[in-house]
Amino acid sequence: MRVELSSKRLRSDFVKKIAELSGQNLYLCYQCGKCSAGCPMGFAMDILPNQIMRLVQLGLEEDIANSKTVWLCASCLTCTVRCPRGVDLSRVMEALRLLTLRKNKNYVEPSKMPPETVADLPQIALVSGFRKLTS
Amino acid sequence: MAKREERIGVFVCHCGLNIAGTVDVQRVVDEIKRYPGVVHAEHYMYMCSDPGQELMRKAIREKGLTAVVNANCSPSLHERTFRRVCASVGLNPYRCEIANIREQCSWPHTYDKETATKKALAIIKTTVERLRLNMMLTPLVIPLIKRALVIGGGIAGIQAALDIANGGYQVILVEKEASLGGHVMELSATFPTLESPKDFLIPRIDEVMAHPNIRLYLNSEVDAVSGYVGSFNVKIRQKTKIVEEEIGAIVTAPGFDLLPREKLPVYPDDPDIVDGLQFERILSPERLTYGKIKRPSDGRVPQDIVFIQCAGSRDPEHGMPYCSRVCCMYTAKQVLLYRKAVLEGQAYVCYMDIRSDAKGYEEFFQQVMSHDGVLYVRGNVSRAFRDGDKLKIWTVDTLSGKSLEITADMVVLALAMVSRPGTRELARKLNISVNEHGFLTEAHIKLRPVESLTSGIFLAGTAQWPRDIPDTIASASAAASKVLSLFSRKELLHEPTTAHVDEEVCSGCGVCVPVCTYKAISIDENKKVAVVNEALCEGCGSCAATCPSKAMQHRNWSHRQLLAMIDVAGGGYV
Repeated sequence: MRVELSSKRLRSDFVKKIAELSGQNLYLCYQCGKCSAGCPMGFAMDILPNQIMRLVQLGLEEDIANSKTVWLCASCLTCTVRCPRGVDLSRVMEALRLLTLRKNKNYVEPSKMPPETVADLPQIALVSGFRKLTS
Repeated sequence: MAKREERIGVFVCHCGLNIAGTVDVQRVVDEIKRYPGVVHAEHYMYMCSDPGQELMRKAIREKGLTAVVNANCSPSLHERTFRRVCASVGLNPYRCEIANIREQCSWPHTYDKETATKKALAIIKTTVERLRLNMMLTPLVIPLIKRALVIGGGIAGIQAALDIANGGYQVILVEKEASLGGHVMELSATFPTLESPKDFLIPRIDEVMAHPNIRLYLNSEVDAVSGYVGSFNVKIRQKTKIVEEEIGAIVTAPGFDLLPREKLPVYPDDPDIVDGLQFERILSPERLTYGKIKRPSDGRVPQDIVFIQCAGSRDPEHGMPYCSRVCCMYTAKQVLLYRKAVLEGQAYVCYMDIRSDAKGYEEFFQQVMSHDGVLYVRGNVSRAFRDGDKLKIWTVDTLSGKSLEITADMVVLALAMVSRPGTRELARKLNISVNEHGFLTEAHIKLRPVESLTSGIFLAGTAQWPRDIPDTIASASAAASKVLSLFSRKELLHEPTTAHVDEEVCSGCGVCVPVCTYKAISIDENKKVAVVNEALCEGCGSCAATCPSKAMQHRNWSHRQLLAMIDVAGGGYV
């Protein structure tokens, strides 16, 4: 399918919100790929971090929504530290998660977690997991 | 020529391991010492070094050598060095010859030392035989008219003319159009400073017009050129009138054109699909639209505009295989000017790679690509077509793998820079060469970048290769400095190793005339013999090889010498 590119799409609420929530100039990214090259979770991602940046630039919200990447992001800040253009990619990832979470949608549902898992996991992992993955 | 007692010296260079790693230099020296006429032979690590040269001087002085063979690299590298060494101790430099045992021996025979050593000996022996018959020569002195011709009144021609004129020499500047400035005058602003070209060009043009050393021919073209470095005769056609001028050197700067749109059928003939120079005129504050950006078809301000880079560049199948070098940067500049003029506008740039390789360029580009309302799309365009009052552009974003359709009001093509159709014809008149794309060819891409292969003719600007303004100015100033260094000589010397005619033998058949690349040979109709203009002769030897009666001979490459060389060539290694 050919994607229709227009100023409407490039200036959609989605792009504006991501820019606003992350506080980043999304168009600074010149696609060098250094973020993906160093991402410790990259092996498990279906779309790499640099591709996420490109999809945001193009306003392709659905492609990002269908991907697990932003939820796999560990917020370790490796990408942020390495970006040659000074883009704080972790904030962009956080902004993308917030778009979902602010609609009161949880990525993991605490009430539906099996009791064994809750019992097995360390407290600190649960707390940080809930902070990142629930609204 | 009277027989003389030859005392020949042979100097074999190791060139580190380049030669000595393959050729047994000790054996070569031992054997050549026993060769008739050779009174001295030695080998050394680097003969071109100061101690090596000193060895030569010492041997020439102490052994009273009358001729010298230097067995080393190609003569194009150190023939001059060793001839200077000979001259410094009073030996005629044309009594020194190079035996090339590196490029023509040790390098191609790296894995066969025995053959290489035998071949080195054979090469040296042939050179010894040649030397026995070498004449002592002195360089020819040829006249030098200290007045230059500059062809083309664009920014390159203006720069070259001013540099030469300010150096104190007269310049004749020939421009085809009615005014000076060329394509640069058409530009709205220049990258990366956004300075108006008029700001720096108009004062330069005024300087040319008022310069006491510059004579300007507008609406004029070079009709014919004859002569050689130091004294060219040029006929300049000014409308119906023809003027003749005598000059000593020529700077050629006829400039560029854009690739014709018809070559790229992907982009249909549409008023709203314009090329880079047309868009410059739309952007120019003093032209047509007074700074408002309006599209040609209906005068509306384009809200969405697509810039397409590499339109015909880097495309050997449809356009030109090379990179036009300026499009990335001028497109970035045009994008910025558009965004400044149309506050709500959206610009798209379809590109393959970004080339921003000069001072301040990458910084400028990064500023543009991250500007709001600008999207760089990495991918070329497959189709552009009209859809009502809009244009549709089919492209791809190879970074995300998405095929795209962009709806736009206007398209700007960064068409490839090409040589002007007239450049080939001009090069033919000047007897200089062009490459397969019609760009003027330099004598050596690294070491002689502004010289043509014809001495006294220099190259400047975009007729040689796509260039931006700083590179054009640099090449024009470089060409001018070559002219100035030529003119600052007291007299002009020319290699005496030219062709010459034995008038007793020559029948005036004229076979030699068309084989001469340098147009140095003519037929004297009264005497019915060939005449060589030695100032034009570059000593290539084509005429001597062609002459059926051997009347044409090359100095120090005579037929007798060649036969003597052939006699010994087979004896060594085959």
